[in-house]
Amino acid sequence: MSLSIDDVKKVAQLARLAVTEQEAQTAHAQLSGIFGLIEEMRAVDTSGIEPMSHAQDVVQRLREDKVTEGNQREMFQQIAPQVESGLYLVPKVIE
Amino acid sequence: MQWEIVIGLEVHAQLSTSSKIFSGASTAFGAEPNTQADAVSLALPGVLPVLNKGAVERAIKFGLAAGAHIAPRSIFARKNYFYPDLPKGYQISQFDQPVVGCGQLTIQVPSTGSGRTDEKVVRITRAHLEEDAGKSLHEDFHGMTGIDLNRAGTPLLEIVSEPDMRSAAEAVAYAKSLHALVRWIGICDGNMQEGSFRCDANVSVHKPGTPLGTRREVKNLNSFRFLEQAINYEARWQIETLENGGTIQQATVLFDPDKGETRVMRTKEEAHDYRYFPDPDLLPLEISEEWKERVRATLPELPQARQARYVSEFCLPAYDAGLLTASREMADFFEASLNETPGQAKTCANWLIGEVSAQLNRDGLDMAQCPITPQQLGGMLKRIADGTISSAGAKEVFRALWAEGGEADAIIEAKGLKQVSDSGAIEALVDEIIAANADKVAEYRSGKDKLFGFFAGLAMKASKGKANPAQLSEILKRKLAG
Repeated sequence: MSLSIDDVKKVAQLARLAVTEQEAQTAHAQLSGIFGLIEEMRAVDTSGIEPMSHAQDVVQRLREDKVTEGNQREMFQQIAPQVESGLYLVPKVIE
Repeated sequence: MQWEIVIGLEVHAQLSTSSKIFSGASTAFGAEPNTQADAVSLALPGVLPVLNKGAVERAIKFGLAAGAHIAPRSIFARKNYFYPDLPKGYQISQFDQPVVGCGQLTIQVPSTGSGRTDEKVVRITRAHLEEDAGKSLHEDFHGMTGIDLNRAGTPLLEIVSEPDMRSAAEAVAYAKSLHALVRWIGICDGNMQEGSFRCDANVSVHKPGTPLGTRREVKNLNSFRFLEQAINYEARWQIETLENGGTIQQATVLFDPDKGETRVMRTKEEAHDYRYFPDPDLLPLEISEEWKERVRATLPELPQARQARYVSEFCLPAYDAGLLTASREMADFFEASLNETPGQAKTCANWLIGEVSAQLNRDGLDMAQCPITPQQLGGMLKRIADGTISSAGAKEVFRALWAEGGEADAIIEAKGLKQVSDSGAIEALVDEIIAANADKVAEYRSGKDKLFGFFAGLAMKASKGKANPAQLSEILKRKLAG
């Protein structure tokens, strides 16, 4: 499977990353290298092996359903660029 | 050939945990903005999600209640998109390995005109756990958008149906059934105004026997009425478009309740590419047989089982049993009332489905807010059963119970509603009427049977409505015969 320069641009767009032509070329070369590696791994016979969703073969630990976090709004909002009436303000977005 | 409407629903049920799905912040509704947005809800760098056991337990409960497969192992995935009320840039959801697999729900669809219902089975494709996003307020903030992240991280169970519904009425019946079920098993408060139960409807039309049409998804319907209106509008629009030679483009649309129409939010070309992948912050969720069985033991008797029991144990018609089990509050009320007056199941059902429901409707209340208790209703039913009051008298007792409270016996006493069942007194009364209406009696005896009602009316009036109707009729018939 090979990666086109357009694929790279599309992925960048989806990730909201502005890339110059030069950066796209560099990323293309790097990503193609990774794809090459994946191709190599695909050659290994994995039939009968259950795919893993995580690098470690352990399971999720669960929390009891208890409220442990209080109101720390004031502290959190100190680092926000703009707040009003307890809300975080961001550039207008309407879909 | 007729068009066939094909509908599948996706329902987001907010799970009734006290804390969020991946953090210990509160999920209480209506708090001041961002006072329940902790470091995890805000997606501050370095935070890690830790899964809430209560949310998983509720998902298991739902799966068991829907007769579904509970995955012994399921995976959380990242659904990537950019929106300011989603500060991580992705929603943690489940993708190809959801916690709940195929199940089904039996629904009662009102059949047009007959006042009866038809049973239908709707298949459930899957149900998965995910976190809710925050809220964007686009009102006046100097041209900016205000973000409240209190809701971010609230646990949701997204329940996806197969496209098994063929009309808006069926879709509403399914949504109502599901709504009743999640409340019945106590996993969701079902408050639709607060957004605890939201529906998306996938609608397409086709001619039977031909491939399914292209679907459009109507998003975020937060009432059964809007669900019905939106589907009807959408289906009509699709049929008209096709009949006028147009084609349907796959799209996501919004329903505008004020205009009663749907409008396009985004088309397939603009559709999100969510790039799902397993969330490396979360390990696989394992649910053991033993945990599943422990949860099963906490499940209440389910609506369908109760409905069947009401039919077999109390000989109620399936229709009545269906209405009585429409909510757990109703079913519990029925059983508690019946405890007061065993053996009177049908009378009890009639009163609950009739007067009680009608009065609740008039007062805009639901069963949980019913001003009378099962004990009060049962106390009254007992007096109907033993002949102390007539059905007309019972209505008066009921009105008094509703408005002022108290006990049936005291009201019967105070209002003098006790039926006259003393045959001597009724006979005397009938004798008087016969004596005073000799001409009419002669007419009756010469074959004018219709006059019976006239005599019965007079006699009932003379008793001030208190005579036991069955007894009165029996005595009157005997005396008139001469």
